[in-house]
Amino acid sequence: MALRPDEQIEVVETKAPRAPVIEPGHTFATVTDKISSIVLTRPTSNGWLVGFGFSFLLTMVLLYAISYLFIRGVGIWGVNIPVGWGFAIVNFVWWIGIGHAGTLISAILLLLRQSWRNSINRFAEAMTLFAVACAGMFPVLHLGRPWLAYWLFPYPNTMNYWPQFRSPLVWDVFAVSTYATTSLLFWFVGLIPDLATLRDRSHNRALQMIYGILAMGWRGSARHWSRYETAYLLLAGLATPLVLSVHTVVSFDFAIGIVPGWHTTIFPPYFVAGAIYSGFAMVLMLAIPIRKFYGLEDFITERHLQNSAKVMLATGLIVAYGYGIEAFMGWYGGNRSDAFLLWNRLHGPYRAVYFSLLACNIFIPQVLWIRKLRSNPAWLFVISGVILVGMWLERFVIVVVSLQRDFLNSSWGMYYPTRWDWMTYIGTIGFFLACMFLFVRILPMISIFEMRQLLPQAEVKPE
Amino acid sequence: MQIFHRSTNTISRATIYGVVFLLGALLWAALELQRSPYVTYAKVARPQPAPFSHQHHVAGLGIDCRYCHTSVETSSFAGIPPTKTCMNCHSQIWTQAPMLEPVRESFRTGQSLVWNRVNDLPDFVYFNHSIHINKGVGCNTCHGPVDRMPLMYNYASLQMEWCLDCHRQPEKYLRPRDQVFNMRYEQPAIGKPVWMGGAEYTDQIALGRVLAEKYKLRTVADITSCSTCHR
Repeated sequence: MALRPDEQIEVVETKAPRAPVIEPGHTFATVTDKISSIVLTRPTSNGWLVGFGFSFLLTMVLLYAISYLFIRGVGIWGVNIPVGWGFAIVNFVWWIGIGHAGTLISAILLLLRQSWRNSINRFAEAMTLFAVACAGMFPVLHLGRPWLAYWLFPYPNTMNYWPQFRSPLVWDVFAVSTYATTSLLFWFVGLIPDLATLRDRSHNRALQMIYGILAMGWRGSARHWSRYETAYLLLAGLATPLVLSVHTVVSFDFAIGIVPGWHTTIFPPYFVAGAIYSGFAMVLMLAIPIRKFYGLEDFITERHLQNSAKVMLATGLIVAYGYGIEAFMGWYGGNRSDAFLLWNRLHGPYRAVYFSLLACNIFIPQVLWIRKLRSNPAWLFVISGVILVGMWLERFVIVVVSLQRDFLNSSWGMYYPTRWDWMTYIGTIGFFLACMFLFVRILPMISIFEMRQLLPQAEVKPE
Repeated sequence: MQIFHRSTNTISRATIYGVVFLLGALLWAALELQRSPYVTYAKVARPQPAPFSHQHHVAGLGIDCRYCHTSVETSSFAGIPPTKTCMNCHSQIWTQAPMLEPVRESFRTGQSLVWNRVNDLPDFVYFNHSIHINKGVGCNTCHGPVDRMPLMYNYASLQMEWCLDCHRQPEKYLRPRDQVFNMRYEQPAIGKPVWMGGAEYTDQIALGRVLAEKYKLRTVADITSCSTCHR
């Protein structure tokens, strides 16, 4: 069909365009300025002081609870027989799971060339580190004699004995310590070019020294960059299997045991998915206030929120599948104990926890199918909070409800957390937040050099 | 702009390289310390109410271990002799020695002497003397040359690795039952055979295996099981 010269074709966009990873109009200089000024030139805001002060207070609560624990022993907690694993293990699994999103974002998305990760990888990695620190506390505190925790490591000891390598708790030690080391290295190596930027832009001799030492003599020469990229990729390669392996090993703590509700092969994949699910929820809970209070909407855009929400939706469905299979196998497996476990979850004394878990993890997050909600920060913040609560409840159901009524009716019991349980748990949240507050104040929370790579100016034209 | 002096390059290289050695040295030092007499008190003589000399009584006078440690063959506890055992002789000899006044006082008043325990295993370890004696473990295998100790000290570290050293290979240490209290027993060697049941042994391992069989030792798996000692 021929068109008349004055006739115009009206282009109708059938699909809304994707939000950009970085808002247009930025240059290398503005990116560097904006991120480094948060650390170097902007004064410490009152909001920061209040937030940090509050989380520091909670950290003190944690120290108080731990001190009392060291004096009196684990008897101050609600753990008992049959529920020997209470809050400590629930919180351990919850925190370590949260850490996983950071590694997924920084390593796997790097290898998959998902450049949108560049805006959120730095603070997601910091989140990983702090979450692993919180997680690592709990099994140690739960030891009963925490000062002997080093017995878990194979070293040439005077007992002439190795740790029990057949115990998944020892696997945990290796999984978590490897994870912590790799995450720290990855995070630090990623920081080096930015630390050099801070060194060069600070006007204070002390700051220059501190950032200078941390930057390890980075000059940004081509040779530096070439080696740097190799090292970073290698570390990403190292960290990638950890995303899957760490929570797999954590799930073995349960799956190796013969307790109904634990002894199931679906645990590793379902734990990993749950970890990433809760991790992305935490990423969003951090990213949304950070971008608002520091005015970083240009860098952490709607695209990031959308993508994170989609990851949550996907992993949430995997988790839902896991619940479904658990329930199905309880019925289909024909094992009385398994069937009873299912009944106990639905009708037992902790049924409210189980139903809240289903609501928080499966039903409420389904609203993320709605595009409007996925791009609404306030809603995402709330839903992420709901998911974090849900994932905590999931671990509570796995740990407590399984142990509470197992094979022998005469040994059934109840578990009630004490105020020391709550203080320790809330204390670690305070510790985590205090670390995050310090981190955003003294280190660049967004990777400066990786953001510069996202700019159109950074694209190398093919010859 | 130059923030650091040029020498910083050398310092940083040295520290990065050196920290490996530093950490290694610290670990080594910690392990050495843990095995040293500073922690174990091995070979450190303990003060006692009366300076009792095993050297004098065992090597000099030839008194058998069991004269004082009466229950060593039948009980978990070897037994600390009552003051009356001392007074068997000391009511007759050295009756005025000032050194023995605490012993006489104890005899007069009926108050036991409070000896300081030397070979003290932790309370979470179950230990039984009689089983060791009856399976052919010599006194001095664990207690060392008691007949050469003017003041008593523990010969071994008493750390678990030391226990396991024997429990993992008991044949390295076993001796004939009649040699258990022989403080100067020597393990068989070429030219210095040990005779037992009409046979001559010049090799400890060969002898140890025969003894393990003869005395019906439990398997290594049994005697290295946690609950053998940690009951």
